[in-house]
Amino acid sequence: MKNTANSGLHVPEPTARPGDKVDFSYIAIPPAGSVRMPDTAVDPSEIRDLCYDLIRVMDENGQAVGPWNPKLSADDLRRGLRAMTLTRVFDDRMMRAQRQGKTTFYMKCTGEEAVAVAQGMALRRDDMCFPTYRQQGLLIVRDWPILDMMCQVFANTKDRLKGRQLPIMYSTKEGAFFSISGNLATQTSQAVGWGMAAAYKHDQRIAATWVGDGASAEGDFHHALTFAAVYQAPVILNLVNNQWAISSFQGFAGGDRTTFAARALGYGIPGLRVDGNDFLAVYAVTAWAAERARAGLGPTMIELFTYRASAHSTSDDPSKYRPADEAACWPLGDPIDRLKKHLIALGEWSEDQQKALEEELTEYVTKTAKEAESYGTLDQGVAPSPATMFEDVYKEMPWHLRRQRQEAGI
Amino acid sequence: MPAMNMIQAVNSAMDIMLARDNDIVIFGEDVGYFGGVFRATEGLQKKYGLDRTFDTPIAEAGILGVAVGMGAYGLRPVVEIQFADYIYPALDQLVSEAARLRYRSAGEFTSPLTVRVPCGGGIFGGQTHSQSPESLFTHVCGLKTVIPSNPYDAKGLLISAIEDDDPVIFFEPKRLYNGPFDGHHDRPSGIWANHPLGEVPADYYKIPLGKANIVREGKDVTILSYGTMVHVAQCATEETGIDAEVIDLRTLLPLDIDTIVESVKKTGRCVIVHEATRTSGFGAELSALVQENCFYHLEAPIERVTGWDTPYPYSLEWHYFPGPDRVGAALKRVMEG
Repeated sequence: MKNTANSGLHVPEPTARPGDKVDFSYIAIPPAGSVRMPDTAVDPSEIRDLCYDLIRVMDENGQAVGPWNPKLSADDLRRGLRAMTLTRVFDDRMMRAQRQGKTTFYMKCTGEEAVAVAQGMALRRDDMCFPTYRQQGLLIVRDWPILDMMCQVFANTKDRLKGRQLPIMYSTKEGAFFSISGNLATQTSQAVGWGMAAAYKHDQRIAATWVGDGASAEGDFHHALTFAAVYQAPVILNLVNNQWAISSFQGFAGGDRTTFAARALGYGIPGLRVDGNDFLAVYAVTAWAAERARAGLGPTMIELFTYRASAHSTSDDPSKYRPADEAACWPLGDPIDRLKKHLIALGEWSEDQQKALEEELTEYVTKTAKEAESYGTLDQGVAPSPATMFEDVYKEMPWHLRRQRQEAGI
Repeated sequence: MPAMNMIQAVNSAMDIMLARDNDIVIFGEDVGYFGGVFRATEGLQKKYGLDRTFDTPIAEAGILGVAVGMGAYGLRPVVEIQFADYIYPALDQLVSEAARLRYRSAGEFTSPLTVRVPCGGGIFGGQTHSQSPESLFTHVCGLKTVIPSNPYDAKGLLISAIEDDDPVIFFEPKRLYNGPFDGHHDRPSGIWANHPLGEVPADYYKIPLGKANIVREGKDVTILSYGTMVHVAQCATEETGIDAEVIDLRTLLPLDIDTIVESVKKTGRCVIVHEATRTSGFGAELSALVQENCFYHLEAPIERVTGWDTPYPYSLEWHYFPGPDRVGAALKRVMEG
């Protein structure tokens, strides 16, 4: 035996902390277009290597290359760019509203816009989404009114959720967007259940769910994989590896040992690993998984490899645990810049048009925010009637809640 | 009317509901081909097909997570957790998800689930097959909690639970599955065929949730109990000769407060009996409610007869179980008070 005993507890550490030089040298980035694209009916055992690769479509010059190129029309590409840009402008405006005290909490998805927007475009409008708190792009790409989202953030008189949920924990059945939970990963097995129900009903709709790299350590995610595999549920299990779970780097979810996509292997589910900042690649893998699910070929797990460029939330300060310039050094770039560059390379867009788009969307968001604020903001104390607090606990209010409402004098 | 034991009554309820509503699916560990370790789903897979009554992985949190998703879709899942002792891995999905979904989505998404849970001791199940965790669930807003004490109620209450649009935890005292049990473990057990509530209509009927049943009228003292303890309380009443009014709560939440208050105001005395551990048990809530609503009618302190605050010990099961002697002693104390 060559190995000798070496006692001591291993505790993972990221490659750089505040003040250190950023080091992403451990990330292997294959050239765009280098990963094969199997038929959607492939046996998962034949594509095990895709769990360790990285599917990329856009090259350094902004050209779309290789088998995964979804060959979207210029109009679709512009639609994606617009939705991602709107998501970023929306996030900035809501973040500012939080700083101004109009709400207490906000969560941005900066740097991860391609995940929700490209996936939302690749799914059908009525495919059911079970997201985390960082997929607001799904609502935006589905043209869900941002006024409605803002009213939820402000918990005002037009908040459909009646001020019961933390800002950004949206819910809309009509938008096929499941009520977001603050208890992480619970939505993953629920999505599998929804997909099983759809299959039971011979429904053509599928389910999609998202979980972060950190929360993938929760048991629920593994239950989701087990049940999805056992019942071959029509579901896409998306794991957004944005490198950080608040202050814990992805090593604390096991990311130092293997890829997150490789979690799928033990369950006999196809696992795809994709450059999460490559709009085209994200679209393509999602379309692949959706086709597979809709054809009754079962679930797919996708690791979206990206970077959380902003703080976890408005309550977080990343400068305390990671280098300040880490986001700027992310080797896979920015999803909006990359899609813009691609459209420009195609001759379908220009810097001036992007500038005009940003101005138009900023004006739109500002105007909409003013309207939302006219229905109240949290700091103004304009909220749904306190009497609504006792409603919807049960379908019909039982006596003890009626009595407590009387006791509250409302 | 056919005689049914409690297993057969529960099976009959599910059979009827599977036939009536295609949105009902039943699943859990071993419930499919085999029909469940207690046989409650026996024959249902064969009769209604693989996709309506099926086995699951051994993952209670997964079972409940999947059920919540199915409920959000519009199905009406009826799941079995093999023993109440195994329900804890599923707590997050029950407490944070199923119970609150209607509230947090302002009524857009709901969880019309029924969770069947065999509970209670008296079968030499040791500490992992004997627990009565009902008070964990009555503490959770958004859940309903039901515990029948006989076959007739079990069928009618289960049908109500399945049709209910809110999540219902349906506890089944497994000591009662095959016959009524008065707590005298050293005597031969009764059978449901000899009990009036073992006569169960073959067809559809419902017993509303939130309605208690006065199983014995009396004037001296009110006994509040549910599940197995209803039979123990009746036995203690007969053995002491104290004219107790025995109330079977049937549903713990929503609770039938009117029946309780009316009875205690009449008798002026109250003994609460449950098998679960005492501290923060449902008896504590009952005691507080009786005090709040009936204080000026009380002639004696309220008594609680419960399982001890220990794990359910395997070989000492009958020292733990609150049998008729302990209930009888409490009855005597309140009559002297």
